[in-house]
Amino acid sequence: MAHAYTPGLKVTNRMAHTIVRMLPIKGDVMVQVGDSVNADKIVAATYMPGDVYPLNMANLLAVPPKDVASLMLQKEGGKVTVGEPLAETAGLFGKFKKIYKSPYTGTIETVSEVTGQVILRGPDIPVEVKAYVTGKVTAVNPEIGCTIETDVAFIQGIFGIGGETCGPIKLAVQNCDETVTAENITADMKGCVVIGGARLTEGAIEAARKAGAVALIGGGMDDQDLKEFLGYDLGVAITGSEKKGITVIVTEGFGDIAMATRTFTLLKRFEGQEASVNGATQIRAGVMRPEIIIPLEAGDCEEESEHAGGYLDIGLPLRIIRDPYFGMLGKVKALPHDPHVLGSGSKARVLEVELTSGESVIVPRANVELIEA
Amino acid sequence: MTLDLENINVILATDCGSTTTKAILIEKVDGEYRQTYRGEAPTTVEKPFANVTIGVTNSVTEIAELADRKLTNEDGTIKQPAADGDGCDLYISTSSAGGGLQMMVAGVIAEMTAASAKRAALGAGAIVMDVISTNDKRRPHEQIQRIRELRPDMILISGGTDGGTTEKVVQLAELIAPAKPQPRFGSEYEMPIIFAGNKMAADEVEATLQEDWIDLAVVENLRPKLEQENLGPARDKIHDVFLEHVMAHAPGYDMLMDWAGAPIMPTPGAVGDILQTIAKKENINVVGVDIGGATTDVFSVFDETFNRTVSANLGMSYSISNVCAEATMPNVLRWVHFDMDERQLRNRVKNKMIRPTTIPQSLESLIFEQAVAREALRLAYKQHKEFATTLKGVQQQRTVGDTFSQQTAGNTIVNNMTLNLLVASGGVLSHAPSMNQTAMMLVDAFEPEGCTNLAKDSIFMMPHLGVLSAVHPEAAAQVFERDCLVYLGTCIAAKGIGKLGKPCFSWTLSGDVNASGDCAFGDIELIELGPEQTATILCEPVRGFDLGAGNGKKITHEVRGGTVGIIIDGRGRPLGLPEERQNCQQTIAQWVENMALYKETEQAVVTA
Repeated sequence: MAHAYTPGLKVTNRMAHTIVRMLPIKGDVMVQVGDSVNADKIVAATYMPGDVYPLNMANLLAVPPKDVASLMLQKEGGKVTVGEPLAETAGLFGKFKKIYKSPYTGTIETVSEVTGQVILRGPDIPVEVKAYVTGKVTAVNPEIGCTIETDVAFIQGIFGIGGETCGPIKLAVQNCDETVTAENITADMKGCVVIGGARLTEGAIEAARKAGAVALIGGGMDDQDLKEFLGYDLGVAITGSEKKGITVIVTEGFGDIAMATRTFTLLKRFEGQEASVNGATQIRAGVMRPEIIIPLEAGDCEEESEHAGGYLDIGLPLRIIRDPYFGMLGKVKALPHDPHVLGSGSKARVLEVELTSGESVIVPRANVELIEA
Repeated sequence: MTLDLENINVILATDCGSTTTKAILIEKVDGEYRQTYRGEAPTTVEKPFANVTIGVTNSVTEIAELADRKLTNEDGTIKQPAADGDGCDLYISTSSAGGGLQMMVAGVIAEMTAASAKRAALGAGAIVMDVISTNDKRRPHEQIQRIRELRPDMILISGGTDGGTTEKVVQLAELIAPAKPQPRFGSEYEMPIIFAGNKMAADEVEATLQEDWIDLAVVENLRPKLEQENLGPARDKIHDVFLEHVMAHAPGYDMLMDWAGAPIMPTPGAVGDILQTIAKKENINVVGVDIGGATTDVFSVFDETFNRTVSANLGMSYSISNVCAEATMPNVLRWVHFDMDERQLRNRVKNKMIRPTTIPQSLESLIFEQAVAREALRLAYKQHKEFATTLKGVQQQRTVGDTFSQQTAGNTIVNNMTLNLLVASGGVLSHAPSMNQTAMMLVDAFEPEGCTNLAKDSIFMMPHLGVLSAVHPEAAAQVFERDCLVYLGTCIAAKGIGKLGKPCFSWTLSGDVNASGDCAFGDIELIELGPEQTATILCEPVRGFDLGAGNGKKITHEVRGGTVGIIIDGRGRPLGLPEERQNCQQTIAQWVENMALYKETEQAVVTA
């Protein structure tokens, strides 16, 4: 193998970013090509068919299924409200009629002669899709959605919880290696995307949520703190739908780990500017990482090729991402060709890393990621 | 396409997994099919490549370099047929890339037709996202809500024996029609629905599901009678639909299907096929396990009945955190013979989850991962035993003789005492630094009883051989026997519980190795018997212990050696560990020493 490729997360000063905003089902697109949109702008809207309530009318009225249709007071397509009589039996000599009142408001969708089941459809549910990122509409897919393009500073996190939100960037600490505690959270962070340095404590997350911050971003967090904040032990990394009132993103990993200097410097540089963030993470087929998007004005930041992994080479800076050296920084000192027997007894291809302390250690190539200089 | 099996000398097979595409080359050497070279490359079904054939070509190129044989044309396609030392005569493939085949199934009664439908879907290699039935304790509107939330690739509806209920079956269709589940391939995709229920209800189901977004197929009832399952037609239809709809929407698969000389199969379906072939050929009961990063698949063939389960969130990387949550950390740590800080461990587990490709560097880290693997395997096997049952809903005819041994329907058919072969595959088992570690993980998690052969899939080629067995059974069987399985040895374990240190069973080994001894309750020991060696073992259990012939009855068994040897396991079944932590650590430390689990590791590290 000529090259050893190592993964990395995207952190870039400036890049052209395209985002597609789509409705789950067909509806109305409310923007046109060329429109400038803010993150909060509703770009498409529709109504989802309402909830479905099956009612086994044959059982409820104690009649054969084939009789149900004739006993319905409203036919298919008819609308009913809660408490309104829905079906009525003939009774005996016009007396002892059994009346069934609708438990829901909605429209009668079907009446089955086979099962005697009535399908009642509740009121339509409105669905709105926001622009999420400030930019320009470059394409419209009629009835489906639109494409928005803009130049952005873009940062991928490693793990997050909570969905899309946006707000101005505000720093909670001044250095990338500072732990964020509740004391670092202030009342003026309401509506802000708050930036921490190293570990986010559970107290800090709770305080940020109470202060009304829309997002909190840090280098790492303890899994125990995540469990306490969520109220359950997260088993599988498919997140984004948590309703905790705040989006939380860690950029480096779990534990006490400082945010990468470049990431922190980039966020610090844009303090006060609006950022769109999404904590949704999916580490499976179709990998999805949390993101922080900062729309830029022309001349805000020089263009730069993105950084997202690459080939290991002598002298390149890296971070070790597995114990026993988890979180340590260094640079590639040597790339021995032959596999090496690790402390675990496994044979694997390794590299020699010169840590920032000057010490040299041997690490499997799978356990490092390249970082920026 | 008809294949001329006589003239097939070079076979190329790939398995497109979620993360890695693995290719193997099979060649006819001295009149026998042998696996000769292998290559692998990252799967390229995701962006930026979004074309599965790129990964296939890369993995095949690796083989081509090793074998010095040109296997691809200039345009990247597979060179077929073989000529002048280049190309191959047959190319086949399996796939689980892009999340595999995801299905929702429905049946009238959860324990009967819905269970049969689930078995059909799992047997075909699908991941079953949910099972809807009229008695699943959810209210109809909750069921509809659930159907709406799911994004399956296809739906299988069963229900009613032939001539049985029509109404309940139509009711199921009436839940699905208004729910209109959104397929994951976008709104233009027609949702394939297979109806394999009461044939008398087919017309009414068809009328209920007459929607433009549905592509309905009706096949034979998968449970025509309560006492009979007929899973074949439904399973075949699932495979057809998988190829026609699901694969056709996956990036690059149209091209891959053109290349392949046989239909592309879902990976787990292919593994199931090869295990069934072998169980039938050898007339044995087999359990196979494949523990991956996200899921653990368990396959079993007992008395020719095949079952497969997928434990969707039990795995060693993507799902490692879920294993720890489901098993609980104390249960994981009971397999570790030294102290570890739980808060720090939790962070390590999550870091493995978010960076799934990292590998354990330290021995401590490896021991912890193997502890997690034991719990993942144990939980997956427990789920499998609960699922692999005799048919429920069958009326039992009992006589007076059954008074004291009444067997109810729905009992598990998995019987560790009659298990002949336990096959391991998947990273943590296949790549363990020592085979003793692989064997011990299997024994601790599956708790085999009596005499059980242990083996591992050398380079995870069971999927390739599964699809090959459909087109060239002879080649598949030859490669399976000679190159696929690495025999670890045989485990001799007594069922029963006794007092620590008291006699459990005595044993005498005669043949290529001659030895004898007494095994006390709580002990485990290892006897060397090499891969090509065999012997006869005579075991005499004390009262209260069973080795397969009954309580306290002696057994004689031909045993096969292996890279590990013969494991004499007197720890009892069910396997119990001391609850007190210190005591538990001492017990595990003793087992680790007796089984020489990490001795080689320590030596290797010192030598290196």
